[in-house]
Amino acid sequence: MDAALIPKGVKRCPMWQFLLALGVVGAVLAWGVYAMLLCWIKGLNQTNMNDYYGFALWIWADLAVIAVGGGAFFTGFLRYVIGKNELKNIINYAVLIGFICYSSALLILAIDVGQPLRNWFIFWHANIHSMLTEVAFCLSCYFGVLCIEYIPLILENRQIDKVPFFHNLSHNLHETMALFAATGAFLSFFHQGSLGGVAGVMFGRPFAFREHILVWPYTFFLFTWSAAAYGPCFTLLVTWITEKITRKKLVKDNVIELLAKISGWMILSYIIVKGIDTSYWANITAKSMGLSLHDFYGRNWFYGYWMLFTELVICGVVPAVILITSHGRKTAWLRVTAITLGVVGVCLNRWVMVLQIMATPVMTFDKFVLYYPSWQEVATTILPVAYGIILILISYRYLPIFPQEAELNPIDTNEPVSRETAIDADAGTDSTDTAADMAPA
Amino acid sequence: MLPFSFEWVWDMGHIVFHGGLWYALNIIGLGMTWCIGKAIYDTIKGKGAHDHH
Amino acid sequence: MKQAQKEHTTKRYGMVIDLDKCTGCGSCMVACMSENNVPFKTDESNKLDSITWMQVYKLTNGKSYPNTEICYLPRPCQHCAGKHEGHSPCVSVCPATATDYSKETGIVSQIYTRCFGCRYCMGACPYHARYFNWWDPVWPEGMEKYLSPDVSPRMRGIVEKCSFCFHRYQLARNKVYLEGRKDLDEDEYQTACTQACPAGAIKFGDLYNPEHEVHRIAQPDMQHGGRPQNPHVFRLLERLGTNTKVYYMSERRWVRKAGDNYLPGEFENPGAVAGSH
Repeated sequence: MDAALIPKGVKRCPMWQFLLALGVVGAVLAWGVYAMLLCWIKGLNQTNMNDYYGFALWIWADLAVIAVGGGAFFTGFLRYVIGKNELKNIINYAVLIGFICYSSALLILAIDVGQPLRNWFIFWHANIHSMLTEVAFCLSCYFGVLCIEYIPLILENRQIDKVPFFHNLSHNLHETMALFAATGAFLSFFHQGSLGGVAGVMFGRPFAFREHILVWPYTFFLFTWSAAAYGPCFTLLVTWITEKITRKKLVKDNVIELLAKISGWMILSYIIVKGIDTSYWANITAKSMGLSLHDFYGRNWFYGYWMLFTELVICGVVPAVILITSHGRKTAWLRVTAITLGVVGVCLNRWVMVLQIMATPVMTFDKFVLYYPSWQEVATTILPVAYGIILILISYRYLPIFPQEAELNPIDTNEPVSRETAIDADAGTDSTDTAADMAPA
Repeated sequence: MLPFSFEWVWDMGHIVFHGGLWYALNIIGLGMTWCIGKAIYDTIKGKGAHDHH
Repeated sequence: MKQAQKEHTTKRYGMVIDLDKCTGCGSCMVACMSENNVPFKTDESNKLDSITWMQVYKLTNGKSYPNTEICYLPRPCQHCAGKHEGHSPCVSVCPATATDYSKETGIVSQIYTRCFGCRYCMGACPYHARYFNWWDPVWPEGMEKYLSPDVSPRMRGIVEKCSFCFHRYQLARNKVYLEGRKDLDEDEYQTACTQACPAGAIKFGDLYNPEHEVHRIAQPDMQHGGRPQNPHVFRLLERLGTNTKVYYMSERRWVRKAGDNYLPGEFENPGAVAGSH
């Protein structure tokens, strides 16, 4: 039915399967939209947030998707600035995942504020000393860059590409992509960092506060570093899931292993620095405020030492060791375990840096308060996941996301026509390599 | 915020912060303008009707 | 000399609360809510989302009967100056400049029409002095007529907090101006909680002014962020460097110790820790 829109030389599932998948995920999306409208119309009393938990599930989700979406900027940085050419075969997907993550983050932020119609105040009445201002500015700008990076991919759709203007625009965008990618990397450095800075500058909250280099607390650098380290894990994990669902090999192992190796070394270096930071904070910073590690991790079962151990060792040291060893990278189950642990680890770090800050009492006579989200918060947090799956479904079906797909999955032209295929008989040549060369960051 | 705003202060913080912002916005804006402009020019010249990259 | 001149032209309004006098009656809380049009819910049992600009905490010494001691600690906004004047935990983080530190009075203000409800200030405040309007205010029928005309009610989705009854300062300034005077007398600007306290536990005034009672009691060292020099006076979480303008006083050591966090042995050895007593 839609064969004319499907990229050349690849096979896609029948239309009914595609629509069924869209329908199922669309139902989840509709549930999320309903919850979102409740929050907008009735206000944030629909949530379980309270005056102790001004930041809760949404801000965690926000920080987590931006951290895992860091695969886009770091892969782009590796591809365009460092010159790791093999990564051209996964960068389209990294961009798509990044685009989904960042648009989700902006959507969550739009729900999270008490007066969404005043959102523009953050730009117009900007307090330049606030880390949140830096986040808003860099996040919005970088989302613009991601849009620019995603557009050429859309323009590569077979039918759109036939329009000369779009073809030329796509060509020009590819030519200038390095400039956009470099700007994106610059913006990403600052907004990933300033998200860390949001916590690190809170000198009234000893659990969050860190010493500074210039105006930036250590968490600024740790957040950027961790996003660059763990972001590629998420790209690899989503790629692996996509391969399992489509039952196809979409990216060659050498590409996967290269990104896994870089990620592994980044995680290892991050964990060393994070360990030093934790040690300095626990022994110097916190103690200067009369607090010890026990005050933070030993007073509550939920926010116990197990969380620190899980974050640093199980989801830090373990994936790093697996990914830096050749055997670990090449063994599929080990690699998938490592990247899954990595994604959990960075999400856990963001959870700690949002929720535990709120939970930990500072005044001696104050109490440790726990929080659980309302269904509206859960639904609106799942909403971006559903939206992301839908965007991946549509993009995968109609756009040449994976340049190596056709080569890795040659089409048997004698196969019955039950599966929708798009073989451009008259074109003859496969444009995969050209598209890959010009893949955006 | 623009320098015309009553809250604007001519200090290092505002200049560096907003300077960085406008620098990034200009690169994005000018880059896109160039891409779209050249695409219009190329299309008028008849380029891209049949060739593939 | 310059410092002295500055101290005459600017104010640093602050409070001293005598915890040994406070009976925990809650008059200050009631007066504050009434004075400032603070909204309330039909069911106020969940204290985690109700608004109390002035909150009275109950402290105990942790000992069993008959050695149990109780202390009630009223906690308004602490109007922090921060490590350098104006760098309050909340003011420095607000992305839209919706909260401000007045260099004229030392009061931390909240601009309701500017706040867009991101709640970063709430997260940054270690005293839980900031409250979010989770609902639009609903007043019992007829009560709108009894709201204070000098304080604007707040809408859903924004943050609010104690303002040291700033509208009273404005009214007092107007009065002084009309009468052709330059300065306020101590009793011309007093907060509602101060006036409502039946035990006289709350004192309010200009910390810069040596004639004001708050200055005489707290003996603030303005060269060091206003650190109290009276050994029985302390500030909440002094060691964080928030440099608050609400001082607490007690003869009891355990109460003073409860004002801040100390590692084992630190409080008993005050020489080792700056700001301890």
